[in-house]
Amino acid sequence: MTPKFKAQAGTFESSDIMVLIEPVAEGSGRQVDISSTVMLQFEEDLKACINQVLDVMEIENVHLIAKDKGALTPTIKARVETAVKRSLGIQEGTL
Amino acid sequence: MAKKKRRSMLYIPGNNPAMIQQAGVYGCDAVLLDLEDAVALNQKDAARILVRSMLESVNFYDTEVCVRVNNMQTPFGLADLEAIVPMQPDNIRFPKTESVQDVRDFMKEVRRIEKKHDIKEPKMTIHVMIETAKGVANVYDIAACEPRIDAITIGGQDLTADMGIIKTPDGAGIDYARKRIVMAGKANGLDVLDTVFADVNDEEGLKEETEYIKKLGFAGKALINPRQVDPVHEVYNPSEKEIRKAYRVYSEFYKNTKAGIGVFAIDGKMIDAPVVQRAITVLEYANIDIKDIEKSLE
Repeated sequence: MTPKFKAQAGTFESSDIMVLIEPVAEGSGRQVDISSTVMLQFEEDLKACINQVLDVMEIENVHLIAKDKGALTPTIKARVETAVKRSLGIQEGTL
Repeated sequence: MAKKKRRSMLYIPGNNPAMIQQAGVYGCDAVLLDLEDAVALNQKDAARILVRSMLESVNFYDTEVCVRVNNMQTPFGLADLEAIVPMQPDNIRFPKTESVQDVRDFMKEVRRIEKKHDIKEPKMTIHVMIETAKGVANVYDIAACEPRIDAITIGGQDLTADMGIIKTPDGAGIDYARKRIVMAGKANGLDVLDTVFADVNDEEGLKEETEYIKKLGFAGKALINPRQVDPVHEVYNPSEKEIRKAYRVYSEFYKNTKAGIGVFAIDGKMIDAPVVQRAITVLEYANIDIKDIEKSLE
């Protein structure tokens, strides 16, 4: 699946992560840009966690920007899933 | 095992990861992860996904976990159930319950989702929330209509809004509702939980209200700030004198029962079944398992 809209999820609060999704052209591949308050220790874990969600949701072409404030894995997963669903136009049960 | 206490149930907004991940360390008996009023309309999807994700992996230790979903009449209710029921939190809270039919419709969806996910022995219980005049009027029937209901709670803010009155510190406007809901709960063996105390800076007011609802028979109270946990527990925890008395009553009861004696006296006062029951309740609140007392007397 390929994101259709610009979308975001999360906040800049401590223990949260802000995830921004930008649609890109078919065949462009994934570009994941991360900045984090715990970049030195956890950059690879963050990338792996984000890519895991993108894999499960079968998102191949996307530009994802993540601004992390020390979010735990379940928060990262939830925010990426929310942003992707919003960018796909899937916002089940939301006005 | 001693009965699980529900002195304090702390509301945690469903879109606040920092609070959810710490939910197990606030010291409250239960937490309520809220997808309803604590979440902005344009963040309902984010909160639903976050709470589901947290339930999958966060350790809440021995804190009971309840999730309040949105009412089924809103565009969010069904999507909340689809996300949360498969996670089987300890309880799910059904807000603005007004009739037996509401509960039946809600449970039909819960059971459909459990069946879809092949959950054969669901552990999740149901809390119904009474927060309209119609709900108060129907509360006896609601309390008795579904065996998976194990608690009723009163929503004071919405109830006063529905009644067109202002919620005053003395709780006059919701006093009848509190008493009626407690009776409906007690008549069906359910815990009854009180509404929130909104002023987090008024500790004395919180204690006063907690003393009152404890006397009415409420098992505990909803809280909106971790600072409210200790004052509420202080009110519910029995004093040393009460614990000693309850221990003595239960010990004598056990010894006399084994000897085939039904009614007996301590210090010239008759001890019968209701006195023993009250002693058991005190021991439960003091975290004393009556089985341990029995073992010590063998």
